[in-house]
Amino acid sequence: MASVALTNLDPASRAAARGWSDLTIRNLFIIPTLVFLIVFNIFPLIYSLGYSFTNFAANRSEPWQFVGLQNYRELLSDDHIWSNFVITAKYVIVSVAGQMVVGFGLALLLNRSFPMKGLITTLLLLPMMMSAAVVGLFWQLLYSPSWGPINYVFGLGDFAWLSNPDSALYAVAITDIWMWSPFVMLLSLAGLSAVPQHLYEAAAIDRAGWWYTFTRITLPLVSPILLIALIFRTMEAFKTFDIAYTMTTQPTAELIAIRLYKQAFQQWDTGKSCALAYIVLIMVLAITNLYVKYLNKVKER
Amino acid sequence: MAAVRTSSEVAFNRAAIAAVLVATLIFLAPIYWIASTAFKPKELAVSVPPTVLFQPEVTPFIRLFTKRVQMQKPVDPQVYEAAPWWEKRIYDGGERVLKVGKDVQLSQYPDRFMNSLIVAVISTVLAVGMGTFTAYGFSRFKIAGEADLLFFILSTRMLPPVVVAIPMFLMYRMVGLNDSHIGLIILYVAFNLSFSVWLMKGFMDEIPKEYEEAALVDGYTRMQAFFKIVLPEAATGIAATAVFCFITAWNEYAFALIMTNRRAQTAPPFIPSQIGSGLPDWTTIAAGTFLFLLPVAIFTFLLRNHLLRGVTFGAIRK
Repeated sequence: MASVALTNLDPASRAAARGWSDLTIRNLFIIPTLVFLIVFNIFPLIYSLGYSFTNFAANRSEPWQFVGLQNYRELLSDDHIWSNFVITAKYVIVSVAGQMVVGFGLALLLNRSFPMKGLITTLLLLPMMMSAAVVGLFWQLLYSPSWGPINYVFGLGDFAWLSNPDSALYAVAITDIWMWSPFVMLLSLAGLSAVPQHLYEAAAIDRAGWWYTFTRITLPLVSPILLIALIFRTMEAFKTFDIAYTMTTQPTAELIAIRLYKQAFQQWDTGKSCALAYIVLIMVLAITNLYVKYLNKVKER
Repeated sequence: MAAVRTSSEVAFNRAAIAAVLVATLIFLAPIYWIASTAFKPKELAVSVPPTVLFQPEVTPFIRLFTKRVQMQKPVDPQVYEAAPWWEKRIYDGGERVLKVGKDVQLSQYPDRFMNSLIVAVISTVLAVGMGTFTAYGFSRFKIAGEADLLFFILSTRMLPPVVVAIPMFLMYRMVGLNDSHIGLIILYVAFNLSFSVWLMKGFMDEIPKEYEEAALVDGYTRMQAFFKIVLPEAATGIAATAVFCFITAWNEYAFALIMTNRRAQTAPPFIPSQIGSGLPDWTTIAAGTFLFLLPVAIFTFLLRNHLLRGVTFGAIRK
């Protein structure tokens, strides 16, 4: 595949005359990476595509049988799976909306000069650099019913955030908002600092109000980068596993990635889990496609 | 901002800065809480009301690194006097340190920490090494279908880990790579390689082509120009990419949870598994979490000027 694609080099290249030709170097630099990714990412996916049409169970030694589209049919008519998708959708909406509001809000506040701005910005970025599994773990401590600091500060008594079926998902979403608002903030700050100052000066001369300036100048110019943040966070929130898995076992907080993990590695329903993995994969690739499209658009500007 | 400011503008500005400070305190509170719990006496970790200020102690770290058992009866005063200071802290808590002969038995934590370090360092070196070459190839040579290839490379990064883990688990089981360092390293290289290609391509694009062309005119081969001119110019970019790859591998949870359970288990799946049943000892868990988060916090400060680039795969720069 790659070698066919790699054939039109600049014939005037001076280096072609000495040492390895540019063509050789290019192939040597690029092909190993492509091969590595194909072997360790694409090949496994083809392998699991095959299993998705079988009733294979990895913990049993009985021979498996080809079952055609049965796994897909069963999954798509399974209420349990649909409820996992609904839970995931709720989670994505709440946590991404929260991150956009908090992140963009923080960026608006930070977008001025003040002492120690660099230090404060870096401190605010710490949460997103941490391991989601470990963040999930220590938020359990914060959410503890009887002696946790969150319940103490808000006077909630022994409200059990993570074992209450109604609140578990939102408790995870709050943690995710804490962790990832800094990401939106970072992108928003870049967008805000790229707005030309003369536009604000012109608005000030025209005695435009704050709201008018915000909706007519700031928002339109920052929106492309906000869109990037929105799509990226949507994709990541859709895939969420670590943070929710370490925080709660509530069925009401069972995101689709957790369902997939349980089906594959606790129930050992391997064939069906491969089929579910494909359904999830197609959704993720659709969002990825959108993301890259907008990323390239912003890059060109 | 305009040079002349009205008094309401000044007031607004002050209010915004005050709000930033409050927000920063709120954001840092959870981190302060986990860090402070790592230095608390056991009973203060779960006190009501929560304890904010206290006399810090390092006993949780001693517990973190040692194997211990509950003592049935109080320790012999002579043994206590002869014990080193850190062992006394364990006796004070009504426990004793397990020993084989004179050797203190270590807990699993240092092993898991080392596993994390080994896997993260080796996978980073490989991912950044391969990524740098590939990024140069994409940056300097004409490639048919370049955009499609780059999209293909990036899309491998977006695959949900559990989706990839199912077939990889089956394949690793066949070739005996389950619960091995090599198995985990391969997965992390595959995961980080696309990121490293994209980020390094951004850095490579910024190095003027004229540098190498001048070298080629002077009689360098393309390879010499790459190693002697381009690589030194790209050093900052390589370092930033490496730190990002390291943090990603260091933090990774899903693959490690599925692929390892004992020998090659890394810290992220190990630390939450310490909770176990019954009342967890939060000070020891917090000590393990604190040590695990410390390198990431340090790297975040070193990386601060490259974070934006890193999180957007090199697409957006300041």
